[in-house]
Amino acid sequence: MADSSPQASTDPGTTATSSPEQEQFDRIIEQDSRIEPRDWMPDAYRKALTRQISQHAHSEIIGMQPEGNWISRAPSLKRKAILIAKVQDEAGHGLYLYSAAETLGTPRSVLNDQLLTGKAKYSSIFNYPARSWADVGAIGWLVDGAAIQNQVPLCRCSYGPYGRAMVRVCKEESFHQRQGWEILHSLANGTPAQKQMAQDAVNRFYGPALQMFGPPDGDSPNSQQSMQWKIKRFSNDELRQRFVDMIVPQAEALGLTLPDPDLRWNEERGHYDYGDLDWDEFKAVLSGNGPCNAQRMAHRIRAHEEGAWVREAAAAHARKQADVETKESTLLRHA
Amino acid sequence: MTAGGFDSATRISVGQALTAEDIAAAGLHADEDVARYATRLGDDALILSQRLSWWISRAPELEEDIALGNIALDLLGHARSLLTYAGTAGGKTEDDLAYFRDEDDFTCVHLVQLDPGDFGHTIARQLVYSLYAYELYTALSHSDDPTLAAIAQKAVKEVEYHVDHAWQWAMRLGDGTEESHRRMQAGLDQVWPFVDELFEDDDLTDRLKGVAVQPSSLRPAFDDAIRRVLAESTLELPSVPQARTGGRRGEHRESLGFVLAEMQSLARMHPGASW
Ligand SMILES: [Fe+2]
Ligand SMILES: [Fe+2]
Repeated sequence: MADSSPQASTDPGTTATSSPEQEQFDRIIEQDSRIEPRDWMPDAYRKALTRQISQHAHSEIIGMQPEGNWISRAPSLKRKAILIAKVQDEAGHGLYLYSAAETLGTPRSVLNDQLLTGKAKYSSIFNYPARSWADVGAIGWLVDGAAIQNQVPLCRCSYGPYGRAMVRVCKEESFHQRQGWEILHSLANGTPAQKQMAQDAVNRFYGPALQMFGPPDGDSPNSQQSMQWKIKRFSNDELRQRFVDMIVPQAEALGLTLPDPDLRWNEERGHYDYGDLDWDEFKAVLSGNGPCNAQRMAHRIRAHEEGAWVREAAAAHARKQADVETKESTLLRHA
Repeated sequence: MTAGGFDSATRISVGQALTAEDIAAAGLHADEDVARYATRLGDDALILSQRLSWWISRAPELEEDIALGNIALDLLGHARSLLTYAGTAGGKTEDDLAYFRDEDDFTCVHLVQLDPGDFGHTIARQLVYSLYAYELYTALSHSDDPTLAAIAQKAVKEVEYHVDHAWQWAMRLGDGTEESHRRMQAGLDQVWPFVDELFEDDDLTDRLKGVAVQPSSLRPAFDDAIRRVLAESTLELPSVPQARTGGRRGEHRESLGFVLAEMQSLARMHPGASW
């Protein structure tokens, strides 16, 4: 993959004042090497990354809920097993990402508090309901599919721990996308009611999935900086375009339509044109007024609060064990 | 004793033909009694898996979402293998048995049917079930029925981890804080009335000598293990009377109807559909 970032070889950084550390940092970025946790980095870089990685982690965790709703009702035992494994994978992704964020100096408990108090955001797609079984398929195909488009370039992110976490995550996300597509494929080739269920789900998730790449480039103030730092490698619109180009033939293979009358092949551009997205809705959902924002937060807060006594017990037990070990080793030393 | 139609028995050995798909493809035909026996073990695993998977996204910490999800997934795997095998007696699939049998036809014990309580209740149930299942599958690994033996040999390795998980948590909760000690003990007291049912012999297990495990034969090892874990965890062996049960005869708790209503709803809305 070629680096499409136009500023790649010019000004990679931030400040006008150039300390030796800053120069070293700039050089690492310019050479496409990696910043590691113990390297010096500008505060703004640390802050931007912490924000991005933790929001990504929160999205994985909140993202367990819409599909988690269908574990108990999955229509076959095989589908149930696949779904349990998938939702569990998302918890694992959350864990790797929190660990990556922690290497930047903010502990997981603080990041978690930011989620629970509403200070930190998560991907707005998870504020939409999973109303039918087909939604599990649409989420896998479109939402995990969009996540892959976003995350594959992040494997080359300038920050080492984030890039490495993404390598692991991407492998699993492509399974998820495949499984989502298979669910829809079975439905689309099933009874008329099943096919309708699949089409309805795609109709509902298409727009929100395209919005997962964020606002249009002209309206995305942080993107430029993030590309200069080589955290992000492609713009929101570039990624969105790739995604559309990927899903159009996949939808055709499913025999389902995408709910966009403006969707057509543009010979000149060599890409599919697509219609305007409802950005007012996007902003409303992001700012808390989506169909499920309150429900998702309440679920997470309840789980956290109801688990407090368990975490306290585990901590108390670990302290007692440590005390015993210290005493034993003291005894040994004096023996 | 062999269980009818073992032309493909050679294909069923440890490390081979262990998944539901493999068993379905092996062209086996379990006899009626063996099928009944596989069904009850499969039902236990299925309903417990259904109960346990509730925790995914609700666990006290992320690591537990994963751990409990793992255990639920293992149990579901056991259920799938056992029900697939049971289905071979009457030309049915695992899904026919899981989704299209009515409540009376399920033969799971009451322990797995109990409504979910707090994490202490869940750990208490997991501890009891896993210790029982560990002894069960260890013994069943030597069954004269090669399919049951192969399923058990795979399951026992997984259940060993489930025992470890429950044991560790019983210790943390028992020894942790005053509140966790109280809750863990309460969980044990709540599940304890349903322990005896696990170890009841009946006509079916008597008829299947050599194939099925005599449940009563597992009790001493279970008692030893549970005493050890409770002592290490500063918890007490409950002294509560045993409940009236009857799960193996299809006499269930009210809660099972709700579990099945939820689990079977979508499949029953679209009979004959494939997914
Ligand atoms: Fe994920
Ligand atoms: Fe995923």
